[in-house]
Amino acid sequence: MNIPSSIITLLLGIGLTLVSLWYGQNHGLMPVAASEEAAHIDGLFNAMMTISVGLFLGVQGVLIYSAIKFRRRPGELGDGAAIEGNVPLEILWTAIPAAIVLWISIYSFEIYNEMGGFDPEANGAHAMHSMPSGKGSAMAATMDASMAGMPDSSKLMAAVGVGASPANQGKPAAVNVNVLGLQYAWIFTYPDANITSGELHIPVGKEVQLNMNAQDVIHAVWIPQLRLKQDVIPGTPTELRFTSNKVGTYPLRCAELCGGYHGSMVTRMIVHTPEEYDAWIASQQQSTQAQADIVKQTIAMNPANMSAGTYLAPYAKEMGVKPEMVNHLHHDMNMSIASATK
Amino acid sequence: MTAELSIPTPTTEEDNVVHHHRRWQDYFTFSSDHKVIGIQYFVTGFIFYIIGGLLAEGIRTELATPDPDFVDPATYNSMFTMHGTIMIFLWIVPAGTGAFANYLLPLMIGARDMAFPKLNAVAFWIIPPTGLLLIASFFLGPAQAGWTSYPPLSLLTGKVGEGIWIMSLLLLGTSSILGGINFFTTILKMRVPSMSMMQMPLFCWAMLATSALMLIATPVLAGALILLSFDLLAGTSFFNPTGGGEPVVYQHMFWFYSHPAVYIMVLPFFGVISEVIPVHCRKPVFGYGAIAYSSMAISFLGLIVWAHHMFTSGTPPWLRMFFMITTMVIAVPTGIKIFGWLATMWGGKITLNTPMLFAMGFISTFVIGGITGVMLAAVPFDIHVHDTYFVVAHLHYVLFGGSVFGIYTGIYHWFPKVTGRHINDTWGKIHFVLTYIGFNVTFLPMHILGLQGMPRRIAMYAPEFQGLNQICTYGSYVLAISTVPFLVNAIWCAYKGEKAGDNPWNALTLEWQTTSPPEIENFEVLPVLTTGPYDYGDTERVEEPPKVFTNV
Ligand SMILES: [Cu+2]
Ligand SMILES: [Cu+2]
Repeated sequence: MNIPSSIITLLLGIGLTLVSLWYGQNHGLMPVAASEEAAHIDGLFNAMMTISVGLFLGVQGVLIYSAIKFRRRPGELGDGAAIEGNVPLEILWTAIPAAIVLWISIYSFEIYNEMGGFDPEANGAHAMHSMPSGKGSAMAATMDASMAGMPDSSKLMAAVGVGASPANQGKPAAVNVNVLGLQYAWIFTYPDANITSGELHIPVGKEVQLNMNAQDVIHAVWIPQLRLKQDVIPGTPTELRFTSNKVGTYPLRCAELCGGYHGSMVTRMIVHTPEEYDAWIASQQQSTQAQADIVKQTIAMNPANMSAGTYLAPYAKEMGVKPEMVNHLHHDMNMSIASATK
Repeated sequence: MTAELSIPTPTTEEDNVVHHHRRWQDYFTFSSDHKVIGIQYFVTGFIFYIIGGLLAEGIRTELATPDPDFVDPATYNSMFTMHGTIMIFLWIVPAGTGAFANYLLPLMIGARDMAFPKLNAVAFWIIPPTGLLLIASFFLGPAQAGWTSYPPLSLLTGKVGEGIWIMSLLLLGTSSILGGINFFTTILKMRVPSMSMMQMPLFCWAMLATSALMLIATPVLAGALILLSFDLLAGTSFFNPTGGGEPVVYQHMFWFYSHPAVYIMVLPFFGVISEVIPVHCRKPVFGYGAIAYSSMAISFLGLIVWAHHMFTSGTPPWLRMFFMITTMVIAVPTGIKIFGWLATMWGGKITLNTPMLFAMGFISTFVIGGITGVMLAAVPFDIHVHDTYFVVAHLHYVLFGGSVFGIYTGIYHWFPKVTGRHINDTWGKIHFVLTYIGFNVTFLPMHILGLQGMPRRIAMYAPEFQGLNQICTYGSYVLAISTVPFLVNAIWCAYKGEKAGDNPWNALTLEWQTTSPPEIENFEVLPVLTTGPYDYGDTERVEEPPKVFTNV
């Protein structure tokens, strides 16, 4: 029964590797992946998870083993061995982590390229501004533009964000949606179809481009199932391009602190089959007339004098907004508009 | 060299003559004794820790249910804003750099006091009124934009609270800079002549690295805050997009300080762990040079990683890649330390007393924070989890699993030195077990919440996240309760604990070579080094092992 310690070490090493590999693939911690890129990001995460579990178990193992094996027994005197270091060992534990993080960096670089992170069109001039200047016109201007199907802002000035994957670079996306973030709601405008919605509807398998602007403070669009997030910054247009490959309904949450009701700034992204999507567009276009009337009315009211609550009321239901929230909004927006226009 | 030594800095001649004994009033007045100031820092910090902790319990109570039913959402935002600000600027930074560095540095290098004792006292006395000011803002409409205070939100949530918040941080930053000047100078200029740089205890190396960061990074935060205050109070538009300002520039300036701030908060405790482990394992620290230089490497790298907090802020792709790689590289010097500590334990004669348990707890939890830090550096993954509970989990594994475990490690280790009495080890172990369990139950599930889709800083959340949130909330109650045995034990034993003697652990660094508590000017005669700081395991020097004291 006297197994040499080198064999025990070897067996432990193999066991650790197997556990890490298994857990790295089977942790089940990520939500559904609704795009190819999301699946690739999961691949990166799984790889990091595998290494992490190995490292984690190794460190905890050494801690527990040392605490048992090297603990001072009652009555034991004296010191441990006078070992002050071991240069080859120190080089080893410098070189291996260095190699690992280098490998993770290269892997991340590749995935980031696949996602479209290096799309030159999504990395344009940072210093250009689209923010209308003061005097209470901020709301009216953004409203006008988004309601009337504003000319795609990303064509006028380059946005920043995650662009097209290398295969699609230079081509326009199949579906363009203008996204306006405001305390505490999202407004999606489809310039080609002349539709406004409180939810994001997209067709499966088609490349979608979100051209994003914020009205008041910084928000962030986060769709966990796409593993995508981009800040939506007042004055700086940002964009996200992606292709979902899974029909379904997913949450779209604000991820950047934007005020008291930040947590309720949630809507849905609905990925339709192409037929469903066309049907949805058609049904929305029918009601566009009604919406246009509302818009005319509100613009006639002079938005500078109109509260956010009033402005949002017609959309409250479809945005999944509770009435009390609109009241809070009323208050908060008035405050923010007041200070923004001072 | 001798010229440097002739700075045995009594505050005044009179001090030298009259105050041979410490009076209790010293702790409440403008004392320039580094040991008094160290204790002042710690006690003040701990009071703020309790306040920040109560705020955290309020936050967790709110999050026990998906609806905002415990406090109203604006108050909730103020609570986490204050929680973050208090814990960082009034607890961990003052405890690490203020309490430990002040108390230990002069003792460890054989000096009679800090290089600039009056400045030291000024740095401390900025803190209590500033802390009170910050807390007073709670009754005047406190800041609600998070401890990061990003504009434009921070410009829109009430001038008074935000103004006080900016003012407080400017003052606390000033205090930090004054401290940094003192530590840097003291370490470089006040060592006993027989101590070369490479014979300094590793805590001194850690503090050298930390004070460099304090001096380089803090002024940039001050710049950001001053411009922010102009936007807030004078209506300028440095960061306000309504007037053509650029909110992202604030983020760059803020994180230029606030990433290094992470190392300001954790490097001192890397130093503490490097001190504690060799003593209780009775082995030389493994790879002294590597651990010393890795502190400096972390300090330098820490200055060029800040935009990893901004991967979704529209940072250009080549910059994202640059900051990804620099951030990843920090894992290397950090790994060197962790492996060095483990190798120090390996083959030692480990006394499993409270300071050693907390040191092991530190390694065990900090390694998780380190691992998730590398994950967060990977841009594609960060885009998914940025601003989610995954980040909340990560930062608490670094700042609680790292810094607070480090604070407790240091407190249990140096308690006999500071008070001259032992702290009860059994109650210490109970404190450790409760803290370790409470901490992991609170923060481990948060990783999953973030991956699954829960953003941070929200008062209301989707019902599917309730189960895990309730676990976190229960964990946080255990964590709160775990503080009670510590407080009672520490206060009781400071007065009634068993007398410890000068060097109960048989440690070799200089602070243990004087009386406990150290006399007013630390050493009767300036000590001469006879051994290195970690020369344990010398077979000729058979000594008694450190004892475990359990009876009070
Ligand atoms: Cu938002
Ligand atoms: Cu950082």
